[in-house]
Amino acid sequence: MNLTMTPEETKTAPRGQADHAGTAAPRPQSKPNAAATSSPAAPALSVKNLSVFFGKHQVLKSVSLNIDARAVTAIIGPSGCGKSTFLRSLNRMHELVPTSRVEGDIRLFGEDIYSKSVEPVIVRRRVGMVFQKSNPFPTMSIGENVVVGLRLNGVRNRTVLAEQTEKSLRMAALWDEVKDRLNAPAISLSGGQQQRLCIARALAVQPEVLLMDEPASALDPLATSKIEDLIRELRKDYTIVIVTHNMQQAARASDYTAFFYMGDLVEFGPTAQIFTSPKQKRTEDYVTGRFG
Amino acid sequence: MNVTSSNHNIRKAKSFAMNGLCILCAVLVILPLGLILFYLIQKGASSLNWAFFTGLPKSAGVPGGGMGNAIVGTLELLALASGIGVPIGVLGGVYLSEYGGERMNTWIRFWADVLNGVPSIVWGMVAYALVVLPMKGFSAWAGALALAFIMIPLVLRTTEEVLALVPRSYREAALALGLPQWKTIVRIILPTARRGIITGILLAMGRVAGETAPLLFTALGNDYWNKNLSKPIAALPLEIFNYSISPYDDWNRQAWAGALVLVAMTFCLSLSVRLFSTGRFQKNT
Repeated sequence: MNLTMTPEETKTAPRGQADHAGTAAPRPQSKPNAAATSSPAAPALSVKNLSVFFGKHQVLKSVSLNIDARAVTAIIGPSGCGKSTFLRSLNRMHELVPTSRVEGDIRLFGEDIYSKSVEPVIVRRRVGMVFQKSNPFPTMSIGENVVVGLRLNGVRNRTVLAEQTEKSLRMAALWDEVKDRLNAPAISLSGGQQQRLCIARALAVQPEVLLMDEPASALDPLATSKIEDLIRELRKDYTIVIVTHNMQQAARASDYTAFFYMGDLVEFGPTAQIFTSPKQKRTEDYVTGRFG
Repeated sequence: MNVTSSNHNIRKAKSFAMNGLCILCAVLVILPLGLILFYLIQKGASSLNWAFFTGLPKSAGVPGGGMGNAIVGTLELLALASGIGVPIGVLGGVYLSEYGGERMNTWIRFWADVLNGVPSIVWGMVAYALVVLPMKGFSAWAGALALAFIMIPLVLRTTEEVLALVPRSYREAALALGLPQWKTIVRIILPTARRGIITGILLAMGRVAGETAPLLFTALGNDYWNKNLSKPIAALPLEIFNYSISPYDDWNRQAWAGALVLVAMTFCLSLSVRLFSTGRFQKNT
């Protein structure tokens, strides 16, 4: 019972200030080691023995890790190591590939998201996603893009929609740039703005977890640093899992880092530890740029 | 290498020749259309007057008369055929593009392409067997069904092709917002592909608007206004056919005028729907 209550509580509890005043202040270094089960708070996502297959090809090999709530977890590793597949299995997006198959167990605040009674649509409402290439809907204005998720899920009240538009755009640090042209086409924005619009769109449906698949890899350095600032800001309220090819980005923006290699989770721990004193030789080689 | 080698002039000449060839071919494509229009206007425009659009045909030897019933009949047949063919074609295309399995799709595609190649008179025979015989009479319904048969594979294939052009990332974005697949299709994918689908429907309508053979023994033709869709109905192509093979000069002139009106109708149809179908943020091409 308690387990099924948890997500509801996180949803209704006031996000932000008082709730996690204690955890927001310290930097990643001072966070308790969450690699093992020693984390005091219940993890947002707990992954156990996750294996993912595409046809006969096994992409992930029995991966287990816990993702802390209200923290940024970075997934790093060379191309083809299963990072994106891991991310997509967290909100069942990999199911768009018809030949995919999953073994193991993923729990979102204690609830099995692969249970037969759970619909992927509901999982995706609670675990939002931002993609590598910004993909605002071309037939819609900036404002319509932000609240499309709410509107198509049945929210009709104009005041609510307007409030949520402003709130989401503010959270995505885009409000000041677009507040005077919410009716302009979304594709008129620059690449970096489009990506922040996509983040606002994902935030507007009020997910509990936000997955980001290389959100800044197609952006210039300035836009990238804006996205990173945004990620640091959002971690106060959201659980964020980010896949990145950019080692500096993982070091700068994340609290925990998981290193994947050839479908295996090689090492997982606080970011500072992964980058300064990794336990595995392969991790050290990768983060120091000796391969990958 | 010398920048101003002698090769330069040869390459320039080749480029000039090939460019010229391309332009010539483009002109050759447009030319027949221009000639047809010119000839139609020359032969048919003189017979056009108000009565032609509003009146009924007069018997042979009596000058004047109109094709009002045939013009309205063609519009009715087009509307009925689209009413049957467009939903089936579009929904089938959506199924192929968004739901169907690979093996099943290959088969449907193959059969749609085969159906596209079926001679239109065969569709007339099918409609004759399915509607005319059981209902014991020629009717607008039978004609519309024959035209719809021709539209369905056309609309299905273009819808599928246009939907396949919508980037996968839009589908992913919508699904990641927790939208069910049907809402993703109806509210995101179809609006994005709207213009292409409408163009496909228009092409199919334009194709059947001028069909004569499938109407010969289904809609049959009618010298008066059609007041009941279960009765024979007049259509421009039928009227043109009947008038042009007749021995009377009067009727031949009427046939030219009818052909001009038919061409103008398809032209206006595509033009107007194209103007109205411009997406809010999508440029008209």
